Amino acid sequence: MSVASTADKGAPWPLILPAFMLFIAVVLVPLAMTVLLSFHDWGQYKGIEPVFILKNWEEIWSDSYFYEMFARTFRIAALATLLTAVFGAPEAYILNRMRAPWKGFFLLIILGPLLISVVARTLGWALLFGGRNGIVNKALMSMGLIDTPIAFMFTETGVIIALAHVMMPFMVLSVWAALQRVDPQVENAALSLGAGSLTIVRRIVLPQIMPGILSGGIIVFSLAASAFATPSIIGGRRLKVASTLAYDEFLNTLNWPLGAAVAVLLLIAIVLIVVGSNALIERNYSEVFR
Amino acid sequence: MAFLELDHVSKYYEQYAAVEDFCLLVSKGEFISLLGPSGCGKTTTLQMIAGFLNPTSGAIRLDGRDLASIKPARRGLGIVFQSYALFPHMTAAENVAFGLEMRGVPRAEREVRVRDTLAMVGLDGYGGRYPRRMSGGQQQRVALARALIIKPDVLLLDEPLSNLDAKLREDMQIELRQIQRNLGTTTVLVTHDQKTEAMALSDRIVVMNKGRIEQIGTPHETYEHPASAFVSQFLGKTNEFSAEIRGDGDARKLVAGSCEWQAPAGPSGQVVITVRPEKITFDAAGDNEGLGARVKTRIFQGNHWLFQCETECGPAIAVRQNDGEQQPAEGDKVRLVWRAEDMAIRRAGDVQ
Repeated sequence: MSVASTADKGAPWPLILPAFMLFIAVVLVPLAMTVLLSFHDWGQYKGIEPVFILKNWEEIWSDSYFYEMFARTFRIAALATLLTAVFGAPEAYILNRMRAPWKGFFLLIILGPLLISVVARTLGWALLFGGRNGIVNKALMSMGLIDTPIAFMFTETGVIIALAHVMMPFMVLSVWAALQRVDPQVENAALSLGAGSLTIVRRIVLPQIMPGILSGGIIVFSLAASAFATPSIIGGRRLKVASTLAYDEFLNTLNWPLGAAVAVLLLIAIVLIVVGSNALIERNYSEVFR
Repeated sequence: MAFLELDHVSKYYEQYAAVEDFCLLVSKGEFISLLGPSGCGKTTTLQMIAGFLNPTSGAIRLDGRDLASIKPARRGLGIVFQSYALFPHMTAAENVAFGLEMRGVPRAEREVRVRDTLAMVGLDGYGGRYPRRMSGGQQQRVALARALIIKPDVLLLDEPLSNLDAKLREDMQIELRQIQRNLGTTTVLVTHDQKTEAMALSDRIVVMNKGRIEQIGTPHETYEHPASAFVSQFLGKTNEFSAEIRGDGDARKLVAGSCEWQAPAGPSGQVVITVRPEKITFDAAGDNEGLGARVKTRIFQGNHWLFQCETECGPAIAVRQNDGEQQPAEGDKVRLVWRAEDMAIRRAGDVQ
């Protein structure tokens, strides 16, 4: 192993070349073309014209419809993230304290949503809550608990719950990883110093798994903000988010340049939010966890 | 009047006895060490005192009160864990202050006491540091300060020094002993360190094996008069020779190889004699007394020499002070001599 020799120094480059070419071909080139596309012109009868204009961007900038739609996208993503954090963190904590046979069993249940096709899973929600014929709605109404069916399909609440359900594994696994680094004796140490179980969770456990919750939050947020299948099936045509709008522009209106502009804007927004919050986390926790 | 009392305490995991019939009286201010190989039940005993485990049977009493109904958080014991178990997201001062905070001590008093306690363990000015930025020895001191600041009735130490390097461990032993003496805190230490830690620190040591107490006594007493083969082997190095007690009445002799001693009262037959290596001297006079042996290896260890010898009764080790005397060389024929009162005799086959 002659690490210092110049021949060896060049060795990694040929090795990463195939992967790098693939990356260029399927990620960078289409991305660059999408960005270019967003500056092209489009008309009902003339189709796409390869010119450089800011028409699409001006349209997004000036039309309040797009503001509302982006606000909805990030509201849904933020609330879904909050939901996974509120349920996922305790879930991971309980799971971590379980004994051998149950631990694996419940981990599988939590990973379940990832193993089921998005269509089947979303249709499951529709069967439970879809209008008057949904099983849960039927049951609740026949028991006289509610008069009208709970609105779930085509509502923001429905999209948020369904997204939180499918994103839950990412949060649980992220918090789980953070819990692995926590010394199992610290809870006993706090206990011996007179702390109650609630104080231990709040003062000792939570601060230590906070980085896990935050990084899980970043994953869930970016996946939820760019999710397509769940919002399109549960939200439908009426409840548009950025990704379903871009899809509609591309395939229904055939206004590719506008769709490209929406898609690029979504990408930029997510990247900015993720990089920003990651930097914030790194700064706050660098002192404590290294 | 015992301050801490363990009264026939047992802990079973289904059929397996982790601790069995453990009886110990600790007086106030005493330093006790539980000593034994891993799996001997010493940590289980400590955790039962702390309240993290409940005994299957028996009672633990502190100052006359039965601890069974008192939750760990209310027992008021200070514990130093093997991993230190510091709170990594709090500074050293916050770690130390935590116990006072839980007791509702006002901020001003808390700050004074934290500063004093940190100074006591030699961490003046380190209060603002996070544990990850401290060395193992410093973390150890923070853990000690955190346990001591609540003025615990009993201080429990779970292998507190085992993660430190040898030099630091020695320094900490002396310091720990001084702090404990000054405060007069009743202390129970758990360690698997065969001799140094328990010997250096304790008023009494409790040697445990397989969940049972083998012997309780002062370090010197246990070392010099081990109650069983296990204790003598566990506490430092020892030599064992098979021997035989022959004859009747006044003619009873203890014979090992070419050596003969007046046999003590008791049964005759095959016996095993044990002698500590530092009790063995080389017969300088050359008058054919003692056990015939040949020096196999000679190792210089600074303040002493270590000899491995092949005797007529099997291998033996001897330790001699490096006092400037001429020492036998490797391959030399020597005779090993010791005083009759320095050897312990037990029946052969009596392993426990």
